[in-house]
Amino acid sequence: MTEPLIYDLSSPGRKGIQMPAPDVPLAELPQDLLRDELDLPEVSEIDVVRHFTRLSQMNHGIDIGMYPLGSCTMKYNPKLNEDMARLPGFAALHPYQPLDTVQGALEVIFNVQEWLKELGGFAAVSLQPAAGAQGELAGVLIMRKYHLDRGDTKRNKMLIPDSAHGTNPASSSMSGLHVVEIPSDDRGNIDLEALRAECDDTVVGLMLTNPNTLGLFEEHLEEVIELVHGCGGLMYGDGANFNALMGIMRPGDIGFDVMHFNLHKTFSTPHGGGGPGAGPVGVAEHLVDFLPGPIVEIVEEPESEDELPVYGFVTPAKSIGRMKAYYGQFGMLVRALSYMLVYGGEGLRRVSEMAVLNANYLRVKLNDTYHVPHDRISMHEFVCEGRFDDAPDIHALDISKRLIDYGFHPPTNYFPLIVHEALMIEPTETESKETLDQFIEAMKAIAREARENPEVLREAPHTAPIKRLDEVGAARNLVLCCRPVNLPEPTAK
Amino acid sequence: MSYLPHTEADVKAMLEAIGVERVEDLFQDVPESVRFPELDLPAALSQMEVAWLLENMSDENLPGGKTAIFLGAGTYNHYIPPVVGHIIQRGEFLTAYTPYQPEVSQGTLQAIFEYQSMITQLTGMEVSNASHYDGATSLAEAAIMSYSHFRGKRSKLVLCSGIHPEYRDVVRTYMQGMDVEIVGDESCWVDMDKLVEHIDDNTAMVAVAYPNFFGEVDPIEKAIQAAHEHGALAVVVADPISLGLLKPPGWMGADIVVGEGQGLGIPMSFGGPFLGIFATREAYVRKMAGRLVGETKDKDGKTGYVLTLATREQHIRREKATSNICTNQGLMALSAAIYLSVMGKHGLRQVAELCYHKSHYAADEIAKLDGYKVFRDKPFVKEFVVECPLPVEEINAYLLENYSIIGGYDLSKRYPERERQMLIAVTEMNTRDEIDTLVRALAEVAE
Repeated sequence: MTEPLIYDLSSPGRKGIQMPAPDVPLAELPQDLLRDELDLPEVSEIDVVRHFTRLSQMNHGIDIGMYPLGSCTMKYNPKLNEDMARLPGFAALHPYQPLDTVQGALEVIFNVQEWLKELGGFAAVSLQPAAGAQGELAGVLIMRKYHLDRGDTKRNKMLIPDSAHGTNPASSSMSGLHVVEIPSDDRGNIDLEALRAECDDTVVGLMLTNPNTLGLFEEHLEEVIELVHGCGGLMYGDGANFNALMGIMRPGDIGFDVMHFNLHKTFSTPHGGGGPGAGPVGVAEHLVDFLPGPIVEIVEEPESEDELPVYGFVTPAKSIGRMKAYYGQFGMLVRALSYMLVYGGEGLRRVSEMAVLNANYLRVKLNDTYHVPHDRISMHEFVCEGRFDDAPDIHALDISKRLIDYGFHPPTNYFPLIVHEALMIEPTETESKETLDQFIEAMKAIAREARENPEVLREAPHTAPIKRLDEVGAARNLVLCCRPVNLPEPTAK
Repeated sequence: MSYLPHTEADVKAMLEAIGVERVEDLFQDVPESVRFPELDLPAALSQMEVAWLLENMSDENLPGGKTAIFLGAGTYNHYIPPVVGHIIQRGEFLTAYTPYQPEVSQGTLQAIFEYQSMITQLTGMEVSNASHYDGATSLAEAAIMSYSHFRGKRSKLVLCSGIHPEYRDVVRTYMQGMDVEIVGDESCWVDMDKLVEHIDDNTAMVAVAYPNFFGEVDPIEKAIQAAHEHGALAVVVADPISLGLLKPPGWMGADIVVGEGQGLGIPMSFGGPFLGIFATREAYVRKMAGRLVGETKDKDGKTGYVLTLATREQHIRREKATSNICTNQGLMALSAAIYLSVMGKHGLRQVAELCYHKSHYAADEIAKLDGYKVFRDKPFVKEFVVECPLPVEEINAYLLENYSIIGGYDLSKRYPERERQMLIAVTEMNTRDEIDTLVRALAEVAE
């Protein structure tokens, strides 16, 4: 199954829309500024609808089937959230409208801040960051500025475990910091000795994903925090795996100074084929002044119970600045609030409990077929090896591709880097036991095929719209658009 | 607990399989002193109750859709054809992750490839990435790319004050850990001749806006040329709807074109999620951050699409990556691809022309009023500046109270020398009636 490009459906003179005729006198166009050519498709509305509908049919989404993509928390995205974000009273608001015409929007922002503060155990939260990676960047900039503000200018070293997401070291480099990698021990925890050796007065902090990317809760968390705080460093929490912790532990309570949340993971906002995300950042009391702004505060308490408070925007005193234009990914904030309200505080704890239950159920059902190098009670995900000693030609990638034929999206593969042929499996709490059992059956069938009929794995997928693609060729012979553009030669040095 | 499928029997059977008695036993690794905190949060609500609650909150707002709106300043009330909303809500698009597994993501990948193709045409550049978070972060990424292009050996960034103030804020946020000097935006007025005086051999980037924040079309070739004379990269912040009419910056020699893609079928949604356009020359493609889709073949020779040049990205390069960007704005890029397809060659031009005629009509009518002065030294497409007889805030309060009109942007908020100056945006959504009412109201309030 392939679909032509929208340009290939184009016919000169065909139109997809009729705009109204001008209802004002025509002004003279500035001819010397105008373009004489704009090569966009010329298609009818039904061409557009069918084209993109057919494209959609070439995708796997959570709405179609289980999506156990580790570290991405592909849980069900409730439809209610979509309706709420699309209410005209939210969707048609201009960000610069007078504040008295957007009090409801500010109330949404304020409420999301309050929920996240309480869930994370933080003194304040800024919803500015547009995605997890941007939340990280905000967090790192906050840590950096905190030290500088105290006149502690020699701190330039960020400690990052070898199991971390690539965004952690990248965010640190972007902030002008020097990255030092800390190895993991054989139980999947941070190697305490290695950490101790790096803890000195140049440490900005430690960026810790907890549970880590093996799905394991750091067993020496209190010692780790003590070491980092002991040398004057700050603890950064990567909230990518917060789906394991709601109502289970508040990172702020145990000593995390900063953490970002991923609303598109934990709080069910849709991933949209790669964004928009939303990556709010929460901080402990001593970092409140450094948060990216603006944030929403109550600027006038109500005089009686029947009245509403007046909300306003406030920029923290020593703010690192703005992360993006306006106030964060507002539409995503509405969705997250809609999600949290449905569950309530106790329900969110149940979410984390069921996420962890599902992951452990899969782990114990699969660990006799797939080697789990760190086989202890995990949190919301676990990592196994996608390889077999007696089927040496089979790789994690082959297993992943074969899962597609069984109707499942593949797990994350080849991450974390510290596990050989890693398959990182995160079922999330919204999968039922029946679905999990089907997944277990599929994984076991694939393990049998790996021995009996390895070719069927290496050639997989067989049912997808397309076979395995030549990714090396794509990078070597770059074709990034379907229409040529001719430019003057670059003159920059 | 709407979205949890577990029955009590399921939980029991699963706990047995795991070999623990209670769900709580799964959390023994969590230090006991902080385990299972009491949360001061509301109790669960039904979906119906949540809908009521949020509908009530939304009713406390006065949305642009219910009233005449003349506010722009980077976010615009443009028409969104119904197909856009319908298609992006399809679960296959909405609930998919980043297309790391191309065999089950051809829909997302091909749509992004088409988006990239249409953005290159619109901007006149050779390559476009799959998008950034918004126009502001696109500019920040352009600044980082320019800085890294010279391996940190050039430390000056020249930013024109005609670039959206919040975009310039974001560049400063992103660059605070790097050893750079940011200049050029001290003045409240835009003058290309003065801007180019800042450019020297230590300059990594010169950035201008097209049209600028005040709606004006500057002679940006001057800045591009001056940048190139000193070997710096020339960056243009462009408005995609205006590019339906105006010569694209690529034709004028820009090295990077960025912009806010919200006008391309994305609701104003109180400022987000939006779409960061980022396009450049092919020569710089390996220095560009962000996801990129390329065409290739499958084993059977069928054409397909994959994410490509991942070796630039953080998950491979880690601390050596120049940007930490991970997600793009996939669904917003899809919105823009659908929008540009349905508008097509003729529709986009029509939208831009409608904005042009209506904004010029509004400017002409306001210019006739006593006490108001319209700045028209430079050409404009959909937005212009009016000097008012009263503080803008007072005028806007009058417009809102008496006519339910949302007035223009008060420029003195970010440009202190521009007291009593209102930035008025007029799009295809504003009818002649609305414009006439605005003009009448402006006359009244000045009396």
